Amino acid sequence: MLRSFFAESRKLRRPTLALSTLLTVAAFSILFTSIVYLRLKSGEPNTKMGERISSVALSQYIGLVYSFKLVSFFIEITALCIFASQTAQEYTFGTLRNLLVRQPARIKILAGKFLAMSLFAAIMVAFTAVVTIATSYALAGKGGVKTSEWTSSAGLHLLAQSYGNILLSTIGLGTIGMILGLLFRSPITAISIGVLWSLILENILVAAINSSAKWLPAQNIGNIGEGGTPSLSYSHSLLISLLYLGVGLAIVGWLFQRRDVAN
Amino acid sequence: MSQLAISVSHLTKKYGDRKALSNANFEVPLGTVCGFVGPNGSGKTTTIRMLLGLISPTDGTGTVLGESIAHPEKYLPRVGAMIEGPAFYPALSGAENLRVLASLGGISQDRVEPLLERVGLADRGGSKYKTYSLGMKQRLGIAAALLPNPELLILDEPTNGLDPSGIHEVRELMRDLASQGTTVFVSSHLLGELEMIAEYLVMLREGEVIYTGTTAHLLVSQQPLLVVKPEFEVDLARVISIAESQGHKSRILDGEAHITSDADWAAQLNRLAFEAGITLASLTPVRPSLEETFFTLTEKAGE
Repeated sequence: MLRSFFAESRKLRRPTLALSTLLTVAAFSILFTSIVYLRLKSGEPNTKMGERISSVALSQYIGLVYSFKLVSFFIEITALCIFASQTAQEYTFGTLRNLLVRQPARIKILAGKFLAMSLFAAIMVAFTAVVTIATSYALAGKGGVKTSEWTSSAGLHLLAQSYGNILLSTIGLGTIGMILGLLFRSPITAISIGVLWSLILENILVAAINSSAKWLPAQNIGNIGEGGTPSLSYSHSLLISLLYLGVGLAIVGWLFQRRDVAN
Repeated sequence: MSQLAISVSHLTKKYGDRKALSNANFEVPLGTVCGFVGPNGSGKTTTIRMLLGLISPTDGTGTVLGESIAHPEKYLPRVGAMIEGPAFYPALSGAENLRVLASLGGISQDRVEPLLERVGLADRGGSKYKTYSLGMKQRLGIAAALLPNPELLILDEPTNGLDPSGIHEVRELMRDLASQGTTVFVSSHLLGELEMIAEYLVMLREGEVIYTGTTAHLLVSQQPLLVVKPEFEVDLARVISIAESQGHKSRILDGEAHITSDADWAAQLNRLAFEAGITLASLTPVRPSLEETFFTLTEKAGE
């Protein structure tokens, strides 16, 4: 499995993927953080869903990670795309046959791939945390936000907790991408279905039947990143997500193990 | 230890009602260059994929390097393969592509550079794979197959896209490997090339093995030919008619009459043609090439 991990890591660290992903994540992190801080004095909505957060609220210890958590949905969707394309491209490029000749234990290939992509996700989440926090510090003065509480023990604890939760939800949605990639064997199809379902279909369902949020995979995985909400508990989301991912991985793992590699 | 590199028994692969390979039985001795020939769709790639554990047989058994094909993990570390053309990551360089496979197979990264040199890609190893020509991609595929320093090398159409000097280099490479004890199992449509290097042959047609044995035995067992070219092409049909009236199988191929016969009969044919008012521009006794034999066998099997 370690060999597969190192082989996959070589593919993930290519500049066209690693650099472009990190640059895109940085651009979105700076954009979202800037909107929050530069619109503070305007009285206009400055955060998601047309809501407002005040400079007083941002001056609390939560201000340290506010932008980081705000951007988390974008990182999760990025992970879904990367996991899906890295998995499905083995079929479209025809490279899976090369991999299986060098490593016939198919589950080891999957496990190594998953580990490497999870490490990539961990780096991406850490990088996002650094960029959003740095941008927040840089813009805090312009919005009249005090930062002294940010480095309190509560602030640092929240940072560690948020990093863990966002990483879990990022890997969770990435795993959905991997499952779709193995199922459809085409990056475009896997990404389209994954993004369409997570961003549009689930939200339409929740808008129509509010209680459905409790049982939908992307809602629950996203809720882990939020650290739980009053309407949807963290432990419930963790359990439901694990169930979805466990069943999904078991099905595609079985398919991957048994399916003929004929392309 | 088994003296066979490959042995398959009643190997069958069905896709629905269609048999991609039917009840195949053949053996490939260790240390030989074995040609694996057959028309498109005859089951060559299906067989190779089964030998490499990529697809599972519907029926039958097989061994590779003495191990059952049900357990490819036991022999694949000693096998190098290029299946149905090269397939690599376009955004990675040639060298980086090889390093990915070396990492996966637990093979030293130090093998990458010498192998790139061996296949003539030393100066382009750092270029992205997507910038490679078809011939360069093929060379990289061969380098990847050589990564584990294999005891058995399985190559599926290794000369596709190569220029004549590239084809010559691949032929020399296979000879060189065989001389060092590597068994080479190679499928190719270039039968002239195979005739030069393959001591052993497995021939397929429509999913069935129609010949397995030494190349020399196959060629010797074929009836010799007289290749006849009359002065005027209009006389070709009359030459065929004369030969057939004397009990010799004949056919027209590329503006010449190919008559199945010993060289001894050439003088009599010349006389009969002369008496019929036909002047022969050339009359050459030849041994059938592998290509001619291949056509004869595959046509015969299809009758």
